[in-house]
Amino acid sequence: MIQAKDINFYYGDFHALKNINMEMEAHTVTAFIGPSGCGKSTFLRLFNRMNELIDNTRLTGECLIDGQNIYQKSVQVDELRKKVGMVFQKPNPFPKSIFENVAYGLRVNDVRDKSYINAKVEESLRAAALWDEVKDKLKKSAFELSGGQQQRLCIARALAISPSVLLMDEPASALDPISTSKIEELIHSLKKEYTIVIVTHNMQQAARVSDKTGFFMLGELVEYNDTKKIFLNPDKEQTQNYITGRFG
Amino acid sequence: MNKRVKQKIAFTVFRILGLVVAGILLWILGFIIYNGIGVISWDFLTTAPAEGMTTGGIFPAIVGTLWLIAGSVVFAFPIGVMSAIYMNEYAGNGWVVRFIRIMTNNLGSIPSIVFGLFGMALFVNTLGFGDSILAGSCTLGLLVLPLIIRTTEEALKAIPDSYRTGSLALGASKLQTIWKVILPMAFPNIITGLILSIGRVSGETAPILFTVAAYFLPKLPNSIFDQVMALPYHLYVIATSGTDIEASRPIAYGTALVLIAIVLAMNLLATALRRYFGQKVKTN
Amino acid sequence: MTARKVEFIFNARRKTKRENNMKDKKNFQLSILNFQCRKIIERMAKVMLTFSGSITSLAILLIIIFLFKEGLGLFHSPSVEKGYVLCVQTSNPIETLTPEQIKKIFDEEITSWNKLGGRNEAIKVFRFDDIFSMYPEEEFGQEYELLPDKLGEVISQNPNIIAYIPEQYLPKENASVKILVSGNIRMTDFFKGKEWLPTATPSPLFGVLPLITGTLWVSFFAILIALPLGLGVAIYLSELAGTRMRKLLKPTIELLAGIPSVVYGFFGLVVLVPLIQKTLHLPVGETAFAGSLILAIMALPTIITIAEDAMRGTPKAMRESSLALGATHWQTVYRVIVPYASSGIMAAVVLGIGRAIGETMAVLMVTGNAAVIPHSLFQPVRTIPATIAAELGEAPAGGAHYQSLFLLGCILFVITMLISVSAEFISKRQHNKGV
Repeated sequence: MIQAKDINFYYGDFHALKNINMEMEAHTVTAFIGPSGCGKSTFLRLFNRMNELIDNTRLTGECLIDGQNIYQKSVQVDELRKKVGMVFQKPNPFPKSIFENVAYGLRVNDVRDKSYINAKVEESLRAAALWDEVKDKLKKSAFELSGGQQQRLCIARALAISPSVLLMDEPASALDPISTSKIEELIHSLKKEYTIVIVTHNMQQAARVSDKTGFFMLGELVEYNDTKKIFLNPDKEQTQNYITGRFG
Repeated sequence: MNKRVKQKIAFTVFRILGLVVAGILLWILGFIIYNGIGVISWDFLTTAPAEGMTTGGIFPAIVGTLWLIAGSVVFAFPIGVMSAIYMNEYAGNGWVVRFIRIMTNNLGSIPSIVFGLFGMALFVNTLGFGDSILAGSCTLGLLVLPLIIRTTEEALKAIPDSYRTGSLALGASKLQTIWKVILPMAFPNIITGLILSIGRVSGETAPILFTVAAYFLPKLPNSIFDQVMALPYHLYVIATSGTDIEASRPIAYGTALVLIAIVLAMNLLATALRRYFGQKVKTN
Repeated sequence: MTARKVEFIFNARRKTKRENNMKDKKNFQLSILNFQCRKIIERMAKVMLTFSGSITSLAILLIIIFLFKEGLGLFHSPSVEKGYVLCVQTSNPIETLTPEQIKKIFDEEITSWNKLGGRNEAIKVFRFDDIFSMYPEEEFGQEYELLPDKLGEVISQNPNIIAYIPEQYLPKENASVKILVSGNIRMTDFFKGKEWLPTATPSPLFGVLPLITGTLWVSFFAILIALPLGLGVAIYLSELAGTRMRKLLKPTIELLAGIPSVVYGFFGLVVLVPLIQKTLHLPVGETAFAGSLILAIMALPTIITIAEDAMRGTPKAMRESSLALGATHWQTVYRVIVPYASSGIMAAVVLGIGRAIGETMAVLMVTGNAAVIPHSLFQPVRTIPATIAAELGEAPAGGAHYQSLFLLGCILFVITMLISVSAEFISKRQHNKGV
C-alpha cells in the first residue's frame, strides 16, 4: 500500500505539487492523468525518490510505502529503489547485451550466483512477454531490438530485482499502437504480483488498464476515484471537461 | 564489501585526485606568476636584452611576437574563414566536405615541429624567403588554419537555416545572404576563434625555430624579410643555452609570465566575447 | 475645394506617377546590368571559396611532397660524407665497407683487416689532416697542386692503409690507389641502426632505433600517468564536484591546455628536474621520467576536458534508470556512465598520445637528449621531435644529416596521421554498438 500525506513539492520557487493526499492499494493499477506540466510525473517520481537527483528541490509531507516513510533518514535510497521499480517514458536500455541489461539490477545488488541470475533473467523476460522473441540472442546488443521490445526489456529489467511496486512514467508514449497494446496486456498480467502506478497522457489507455484513476491539474489532485466512475460520471466539472476533451 | 562502503572509498579517492590534479595545475600557474611578477616592470617590457641576455628587457621579443601574430593572422584568417564558408554554405553534405573535414583535422594533428620542417623546406629554401617574418608567419598561419576553420564552421553551423531561406526568399543571392546575413550573425564566434588562434600563435616555438626566430637581435625589424626574436624562443634560449643561465633566470621567469599572460588574456577575452554576444543574441 | 484645385492635384499626382514609372524602368535596366555584374562576382567568389576550401588538403599534399622528397633523398646519399672518399691500396682485397664497419675502423674498434675478410694485418688509419704532419707545408706547392701526389705516395707505401681524403685531392694517376665502394645509405641502416651519430666522420650513422624507442618510452609512460589521473579528475568533475566548483575548475583546466609548451618545459627544467634528481639520487635529473611527467601534465587538460564532456553527454535516462534499479551512484558511474562514454574517453586517450608523441619543446628541455636506447626510465633519452629541433639548425641544407632529419619528420607525420585517423574512427563509432 502506498500513501501520500500532505505532499507539497517545489522546484526552486515553483510550487509543483500542492497538498496532495492519496492512497493506492496493493495489487491494483492506479493511473495518473492530466494535462502536461500538471505534476503527475513529479508525483510519481516521489515514490522512488528520483526527484532528489534534481538540484534545488524541496519536499514537505510524508510518503509511506507499506507503512514506512520512505523519506526517513534510516531508509537507504538504493534499497528503496530496489523495492520500487521504475519504467521510463522512452525505452532506455544500457549499452550492454540483452542479458546484461536484465541482470544489471542483480549485479549492482551484489548477486553473484550465476545460476540464480540466469533463472531470474529468464523469469523476468518471460514475465515481460519478451522471452520468446529474444531467447536466441541474449548476447546481442539491446540496441538491436525494436522500440517496443526495448521498452519490454526495460520492464523486464525492472522486474528482475523483484520490486513490490512498479512505477511507469508514460511507458507507451514513444511506441507504436501494436507495441502499446502489448505493454497494456503486460500491465494487466503484472497486476497480480505488483502494485502498479502509471502516468499516462492517453485517457483511453488509463481507462483500459487501470483500476483507479487520479486526475491532476496545476499541481493539485482534482479527483481520485475508481476508473469507471472517473470516466463515466466524475464528481468534478474540471474532470468532466478534461475527459470530454474540452481542454488540456 | 558493502556497495555503499565501496562508493565511499571510490568517491573519496576521486575527490582527492581531483583536488590534487587541480592543485598541480594551479601550482604551475602560481609558480610562474609568483616568480615572474617581481621581474615585470615597464623597463623590462620596453628595453632590449643586455649583457649577454642576463639583464635588460624583452622588448624585441615582444615586438617580434606581435609581428608574427599579425603576419599569421593576415595569412590564415581570410583563407580559414573562406574555407569554412565553402564547407558550410557551398559544398553540401557529400564526400567533398567529409574529405576536407578529415584533411583539416589531420592538418590540426600534425606536430608543430613538422610544420617547422615544412616551413623551412618550402618557405625558407624553395620559395627563397630566407629566415624571415614572412616565412615564419606563413608557417604559423598554416598551423592555426585548422583552428580557425573549425571555429568558423561551428559559428556558421549555429545559425539556423531559417535565416538563409528567409534571405533567399527575399530575392537575395547566395553571396548576399552570406555577406549580409550569415557573416554578421556569426561574427562574434568567428572572432572568438581568431582570438584563440592568436593565443596559440604567440606560444608556438617549434615552427619558428628554423623559419624566423633569432637567438639575439636587439634591433627591431624593418620589413617582413627580416628575422626577429620571439617570446617563446627567447624563453627557450635563456632557459637552456644562454650565456649565463643562472643570471638570466629572473628574465626567464618574466618571459614565461608574459607568455602566460598573453594566453590568459586571449582566452579570457574569447570567453567574455562569447558570453557578451551570446546574451545579446538571446535578448534579441 | 474648387474644381481647379482638384484638377491640379490630380495632374500633379499623375505626373509623379509617370516619373516614378520612368524611374522604375531606369532602375530596372540598371538592375539588369547589376545582375550581370553580380553574377560574375558571385562566380568569382565561388571560385575563391572553393580554392580556400581545398587549402588544407593542398597543405597536407605539399607537406607530404616536401617531407618525403627531402627525407627519401637520404637513401640516395653516399654513406661516406659528401666530397670525401675512402681509399686503400690496390693490393687490398677489400672492395666495400658498410657504414658501421667504417665507423668501427675509425674508432679503432676493428684493428685488423681479417675481421673484414681481408689479410691478417693491422689496419693503418689515415685521416686527411695527417698528411700535414708528415710533410712540410712547402712541398704541397702554391695551390696545393702537389698534394694528390703526396697522398698517392703515402698510400702506395702502406699496404694496410685506409685513407679518408677529399675527392678533389684524390691521386687519380696513381695505379696503386683504389677507391672503396661504400654505396648509399640503406633503409636497413636507418630503420635498424642502433646508433644515431649524424656528425661522425668519415661515415655518419643514422640509426633511428634509439630515437623511436626514446619517443615511445616517454609517450607511453606519460599516458600511463595521465590516463588514470585524467579519468579520475573527469569523474570528479562530472559526477562529484558541486556546480560552483565545476564552473571554477573546468575553465581553469581548459585554460591550462593553452599554455605554451615551452613554459611547461621551463617549469619542468627548473622544478621537476632538480626534484627528480634529488629525491631519486640520480646523477642527472634530465631523464625520460622527467619527460613523461611533464608530458603527462600537459596531456591532462586535454584528457580531462574530452572525457568529462563524454561523461556528461551520457543521457539522463541512462543514469536515472540505473539508479532506479537500486544501483549506487558509484555503480552507475563505472557500470553505465564510463562504458557509455568509453568511445569519447578512447578518443581523448588517442589524442593525448598523438600530442605526446609530437611534443617538441618541453621534451627537448627536460629529457637530457642522449641518443641511446634507454634501459630504464631514469636515463636521459632523446625523442624524434627533440632531435629535429636540436639538430636541424646545425645540419647543412641538402646534406645527409639534413635529409635524415626530414626523414624523422616523415616518421612523425605518418605516426600522427595514423593516430588522427584512428581517433576519428573511434569517435565516430556509434554508441549503439556497445556490448
